[in-house]
Amino acid sequence: MAGLGLALLNSLDIGLLLFIIAVGLNIIFGVLNVINFAHGALYMLGAYMAFALMAGLGLPFWLTLLVAPLVVAAVAILVDRSMLRFVYQREVSDSLLLTFALLLILNEAVRLIWGTGIHVIDPPVPLRGAIDLPGGLSYPRYSVFVLLVGACTLVGLWLLFNRTRLGKIMRAAALDREMAQVLCINTRLVITGAFAFGAWLAALGGAVAAPMRAIDPGMGDKIIIESFIVVVIGGLGSFPGALLGAIILGLIHGLGGRYLPDANLVLPYIGMALVLLFKPHGLMGARKSA
Amino acid sequence: MTSPLAGEPTAGEPILRIRDLGKRFGGFAAVSGVSLDVQRGETLAIIGPNGAGKTTFYNLLSGRMAPSQGSIVYKGQEIAGLPPYRISRLGISRSFQINNIFTEMRVRENVEVALTAWHRESRRWFNRADRNPTIRREADRLLEQLSLGHLAEQIAGTISYGDKRLVEIAVVLATQPELVLLDEPTAGMTPDETSRIIALVRSLAQTGQYTFLITEHDMRVVFDLADRILVLHHGSPLILDAPAVVRANPEVRRAYLGSEDVEMAGAP
Amino acid sequence: MNLSLRLFFALAALVLLYALPALAPFFYIFIGTQILILGLFAASFNLVFGYTGMLSFGHAAFYGMGAYATAMLLQSLQWPLLACLLVSFVAGLVLALIIGFFCVRLDEVYFAMLTLAFGMMVFGVAHQWRSVTNGSDGISGFSVGSLGLGLDLTLGNPAVYYRVVLVIVVLAGLALHRICNSSFGLILRAIRQNPERVAFCGLNIRLYRLAAFTIAGGFAGLAGGLMAPFLRIASPELAHWSTSAEPVLMTILGGSGYFLGPFLGAGLFVLLETWITSLTQSWMLFLGIILALMVMFFRRGVLGTVLDAIQARQRRRQP
Repeated sequence: MAGLGLALLNSLDIGLLLFIIAVGLNIIFGVLNVINFAHGALYMLGAYMAFALMAGLGLPFWLTLLVAPLVVAAVAILVDRSMLRFVYQREVSDSLLLTFALLLILNEAVRLIWGTGIHVIDPPVPLRGAIDLPGGLSYPRYSVFVLLVGACTLVGLWLLFNRTRLGKIMRAAALDREMAQVLCINTRLVITGAFAFGAWLAALGGAVAAPMRAIDPGMGDKIIIESFIVVVIGGLGSFPGALLGAIILGLIHGLGGRYLPDANLVLPYIGMALVLLFKPHGLMGARKSA
Repeated sequence: MTSPLAGEPTAGEPILRIRDLGKRFGGFAAVSGVSLDVQRGETLAIIGPNGAGKTTFYNLLSGRMAPSQGSIVYKGQEIAGLPPYRISRLGISRSFQINNIFTEMRVRENVEVALTAWHRESRRWFNRADRNPTIRREADRLLEQLSLGHLAEQIAGTISYGDKRLVEIAVVLATQPELVLLDEPTAGMTPDETSRIIALVRSLAQTGQYTFLITEHDMRVVFDLADRILVLHHGSPLILDAPAVVRANPEVRRAYLGSEDVEMAGAP
Repeated sequence: MNLSLRLFFALAALVLLYALPALAPFFYIFIGTQILILGLFAASFNLVFGYTGMLSFGHAAFYGMGAYATAMLLQSLQWPLLACLLVSFVAGLVLALIIGFFCVRLDEVYFAMLTLAFGMMVFGVAHQWRSVTNGSDGISGFSVGSLGLGLDLTLGNPAVYYRVVLVIVVLAGLALHRICNSSFGLILRAIRQNPERVAFCGLNIRLYRLAAFTIAGGFAGLAGGLMAPFLRIASPELAHWSTSAEPVLMTILGGSGYFLGPFLGAGLFVLLETWITSLTQSWMLFLGIILALMVMFFRRGVLGTVLDAIQARQRRRQP
């Protein structure tokens, strides 16, 4: 029973982290109509930035968490202005190809700058160790922190999209770009902003995950597949869908890791295939109207 | 006010029987309460101000959207909610408001694609598409019928707008429809081009092979061609009757122009 | 260029290619074999991308499948190569049918994402299923025995293998070309330009997309089957997304609008890779930069850009 509880907590942990990343993917898709293949690489960049700032410059953890995603967001803005702007007016596959090219570039760039080895950063002192739970279990303090960050992001995003003008503008641009242009919303700004914001979220996920996981050049590839699965299960373009998909994938990992460790690699794909079979647009996805 | 379903039905079963058709998007009813019979061989014009639901109505008929409620019976078969390719097979063809042809292909190829699809020649994997005499002959015939023969080898994206519309109609006719839905066929055309289209549709209608539904803003076209006119307003039918009756109807005037006194622009 | 002139050049090129081992040092035989196999791989990808308008990032799944099929058959049953290749083709076909069924139901964006995911699933299975695929070590230690059809050839000799590959790739290429120019191919091209219109002409475009995807999977499997004896190993990397990126780049490089584009792209790709990897470890970086530049500025590829310019000049000459 205790094992189950731990597995569930792990699931929530993994799930919320995946949610932060998947939401960024969703925002970029929603406003730009592009799957950002480089999204995992941006997550990885966030983790490496955190490493560079903490281990290289000696910045405290809390400051790193603030600065690292901003640096990556700045990189994203640069990419948007120098590369993506060429392909916006073209068919979607060109944007997909370009984000894919970006993925290749970022992956190698990280290898060149930081080498192919694994890097590690430690959580800040107050978040080290574990807390004791009923049933004789212990749960890492840092994982609790991740849960908190995830929950705050969730609430923050919900407020952003439903209560602020900026959020509503982004949703409008996502639904109908031409109409948004007619309404004199500066769609150029919204597009760049959405891409930067999505990148910021991915990098935040990376910076938060950095003390928990090994930082290596392969982490981007792993997470992009996971994000895709989340978004397919939950439904592309749906905010609650991203949460649902992330929780489900978190559960698959958490419970699967405990009870079916051999099949753990294939389980997410089976889950994805099942959802596709019965609900091709994801559990909460809706077809973009013509 | 005349009953919405007035207009004497001619002999024989109606080719299209629509009952209480409706489509909602969330809280918004784009189309609601549309019921009518379309007689075989007639030309029925559908008019209404922008946003009246004409395109949604067409989308429902052609399978692009599934209705929220109601039924559409075509030649005795329920077609509401069927996908477009099934509805096309049954004999309903549709043109689009914005040109929907293959702009990178030659004009001839555009028609050949439609013919290949219709005759299921697409199942042949090892032939030469450009050496298919049956398809080629039919394509030539169709192009001649629409006076497009001289443009056959031109890339469709490079010809004039009016000619593009004609290519669209050629593609529509290639699938041997019995019911043709024309969505603003003369939109953006010069008066000359418009006359050509009117003459073309009239001659096709006179063969008795086709039933036409036409949405239009150009009243000259409407009054020239229509046997009956359906007026849609806010997604619901306002009136369905002979042209003269519709034109004189005060509610129609009000809906279109906001005033009962103004003559409907363009009407003869 | 009229037909007989084109035929003459094609035959001349084939004769030259066949004679290559006698004309050039060993290194070029090695490169040549690679270019031919990868060209077929890329051409199969282009059936899905350039002709039918679907961007797949998981095409290496079928390539890898074909490689493993041939490798396993050679290792355990020592079948003649042609029989193994036939199995590789069918294996690629069947896998593409299964994966395609899930991926083809939705539009472009989903398709790209799903093919990447399923491709990585195949990689994962190849990597984990040690009992069957030998995991990350891959399947090796096999040799190519006979070709089949009673022909007595020493396939272990690179020059001989090169010529065998040349013949098979040319035949496969001709078959693929026939398919692309058929009525079926015409519909695929129409689907790429305007899928809705094709649906309104009475065809279930989902079936046609699935058919194109499946056929492409078969030819990719065949390419993989040819590659396994060449590399002397079938490893999971052959199904990884980084391998899936290769036909994408080759096709964009050569030009997706022409049948020979992917083959030209394969040639350029292999030559570039050989040159750049001799200078640096970061081949992927340059791959990414080249892909980005091509997509942004030379979207029609080398062949496309050149042929477009020639056609534009011809059109200007005839007012």
